[in-house]
Amino acid sequence: MSGTDNVALAHRTPEQPQPYKELGMNDEEYQKVRDILGRRPTASELAIYSVMWSEHCSYKSSKIYLRQFGEKAPKTDKLLVGMGENAGVVDVGQGWAVTFKVESHNHPSFVEPYQGAATGVGGIVRDIISMGARPVAVMDSLRFGAADAPDTRRVLPGVVSGIGGYGNCLGLPNIGGETVFDPCYQDNPLVNALCIGVLRHEDIHKASASGTGNKVVLYGSYTGPDGIGGASVLASASFDEESQAKRPSVQVGDPFMEKLLIECSLELFQSGLVEGIQDLGAAGVSCATTELAAGGSGGMAVELDRVPLRDPNLLPEEILMSESQERMMAVVTPENVERFMAVCARYEVPATVIGEVTDTGRLVMTWHGEVIVDIPPRTAAHDGPVYERPVAVPADQARLQADTPGRLARPSNRDELRKTVLWLAGSPNLASKEWITSQYDRYVLGNTVLAQPENAGVVRLDDETGLGVALALDGNGRYTRLDPYAGAQLALSEAYRNVAATGAQPLAVTNCLNFGSPEDPGVMWQFSQATAGLADACLALGIPVTGGNVSFYNQTGSTPINPTPVIGVLGVHADVRRRTAMAFAAEGHKLVLLGTTREEFGGSEWAHVMYGHLGGLPPRVDLPAEAALGSVLITAAQEGLVSGAHDLSDGGLSQALVEASLRGGLGVRVALQEDPFTELFSESVARAVVAVRPEAEARFVDICGQAGVPLTTIGVVGGDAFTLDGVFSIPLSELREAHTGTIPGLMA
Amino acid sequence: MARVVVEVMLKPEILDPQGQAIARKLPQMGFEGVTAVRQGKRFEIELAGPADEAAVERIRELAGTLLANPVIEDFEVRVD
Repeated sequence: MSGTDNVALAHRTPEQPQPYKELGMNDEEYQKVRDILGRRPTASELAIYSVMWSEHCSYKSSKIYLRQFGEKAPKTDKLLVGMGENAGVVDVGQGWAVTFKVESHNHPSFVEPYQGAATGVGGIVRDIISMGARPVAVMDSLRFGAADAPDTRRVLPGVVSGIGGYGNCLGLPNIGGETVFDPCYQDNPLVNALCIGVLRHEDIHKASASGTGNKVVLYGSYTGPDGIGGASVLASASFDEESQAKRPSVQVGDPFMEKLLIECSLELFQSGLVEGIQDLGAAGVSCATTELAAGGSGGMAVELDRVPLRDPNLLPEEILMSESQERMMAVVTPENVERFMAVCARYEVPATVIGEVTDTGRLVMTWHGEVIVDIPPRTAAHDGPVYERPVAVPADQARLQADTPGRLARPSNRDELRKTVLWLAGSPNLASKEWITSQYDRYVLGNTVLAQPENAGVVRLDDETGLGVALALDGNGRYTRLDPYAGAQLALSEAYRNVAATGAQPLAVTNCLNFGSPEDPGVMWQFSQATAGLADACLALGIPVTGGNVSFYNQTGSTPINPTPVIGVLGVHADVRRRTAMAFAAEGHKLVLLGTTREEFGGSEWAHVMYGHLGGLPPRVDLPAEAALGSVLITAAQEGLVSGAHDLSDGGLSQALVEASLRGGLGVRVALQEDPFTELFSESVARAVVAVRPEAEARFVDICGQAGVPLTTIGVVGGDAFTLDGVFSIPLSELREAHTGTIPGLMA
Repeated sequence: MARVVVEVMLKPEILDPQGQAIARKLPQMGFEGVTAVRQGKRFEIELAGPADEAAVERIRELAGTLLANPVIEDFEVRVD
């Protein structure tokens, strides 16, 4: 067939076969499109519906579960814009608001690690810009296959330099995150990028296209054949032997254009030239036009042939599906178009009017005069299919939980305990990530107060008052595999603890839910459990979910990854000068362990490192204890009672002491009362170790008593070794070598 | 002694921000009439022996492994 498929032709040729299956649609979905339109879709309409109804854009398998984040949301007056917008907006006081969101770019990062990770950062930054906020920092949560696997040496350095290359060029500090290794991510690394943006309350904008006659402007990079089909093919389908052949054009990021977009967009906002705005991410023009139209007065007319192209041979359906980076779409009143264009020209950002808002209730697109799209936009943007997929407990779940770590041999003498401390400190998951984080600008912009390897990243928002925010990003796939309900809560618990450890009051939550195929009932069970656990825990801790992202199909062949909800918690510091750092750097300060230690080794780092064992149950969730611990850490920071604080999580007390000692350059002398193995390596929740200032000891005991937080004095800061009385003494130099040598050794 | 040249270019459909930046600057510098620029890399490889078919094949392998990223780049090998 020659010429472009159009609506008139679609009416005349109802029986023409269409490649909907290749575009990832099933028979029912295709039939639904035909029912909506009363005819077969044109090639362009099929492109729009296929990307908008893909798992990635429509959340069709997750929607029924994500609703509970709204339904169970705790009462709060801190949320200025809730879920549903691109990213939630949180009131942090003094007239300032913060928006933050985390998003996955897992599959593109496996295909082309550098560009996949780079464009992941670019995408989340544009999400923040579209809220009218200035991006101020990024973070990332990364998961790779076994640290010594050959492909990890291809993927990890590429991902890290991609994140660094893009973020550093943008001039945004990377203030933290996590890097985890596990064979389950071998052919499916997780690259979750977070961005945080800041705005004044009065500057909050929402995406919509109200106002008949308003112009639709596409600005930013030209459109090329980047990632065509990426949204439905790359981001959703699993990898198999054919992925070589399926590779569409990899999206290449241009951070300098993105920087221009940031400055240009913020000036457009400031000048009041924007009625509505949408970033172009997965599904590009399809997504931006349908969502803007659906969110506004309901109609839009677009001349698709006006989209400026990098490759003049692109077909209209390819333009609709292109994922070319660094593009935005704005709705502008006719009288403002000239000024809008002038601002764009000053930043050398190409901008083109491609259409206008109408009152027809239809999204109509033409291609050189022929109507190629004529659809109700809501049907593509909001009313896609919703699935309640089958749910079943995985066949091996009971066996997994029954296989407790109790059968594993524990260190039986002093020397073995000593070696265990060193092995854990040098194991890939617990080893220093400096090789990675030193490739990122952490202090650019001059407002970074704390960055990796601290408990949480902290940035200053206001120079005079010291107002700032803290952010932590945590997940634990092993815990979640053992018990998905608890695992999601444990990830939230840890992020909450990390933020509180700096002295910040936790306020809000974002999440990136990385799971296997939703068509696998076992995975869907994990997802249903994890989302319920997270929603219940957010309610219990009084911090709402403000937005998030779901990434399904993280698996190779039929083996899903460990379910990995990655949870971001945002906290606020009234004055960042009152934060607590993790280093133990003050000789003679007493070391106090807060919280209760139980014998909990299911899914622990110890079982993983020493035996590659995964079984039993994860540590018991205790949200009231977490909240109580948080209140103590926050008060201690505000009143200046402690000189250092470090949360206990993976690797337990041993790892916390190692990290805090090395950070401060001073040793610790510790005495443990009962079973040193459990006290050193158990991963019980709601615990932290702090160094208390001598003059504040009485007051500190007092606030712990009021909050009901058990405390045990375990030792004192000082010397140049990690000494456990009567058991071992490990010089800091030996610890440092074990802790810092691992990752560089693996990547050499 | 023989020399083999490997030229690496981004695949035609892949965005080339550097080439674009160069193209954007040309009119400002008074060079008119250029519609597009794409930037690549050239490697000159000196061989110990002759550039026979086997040697060139080895260079092709080397280029596809180290000099070029075949996911986003094409390369050409020729004997100089």
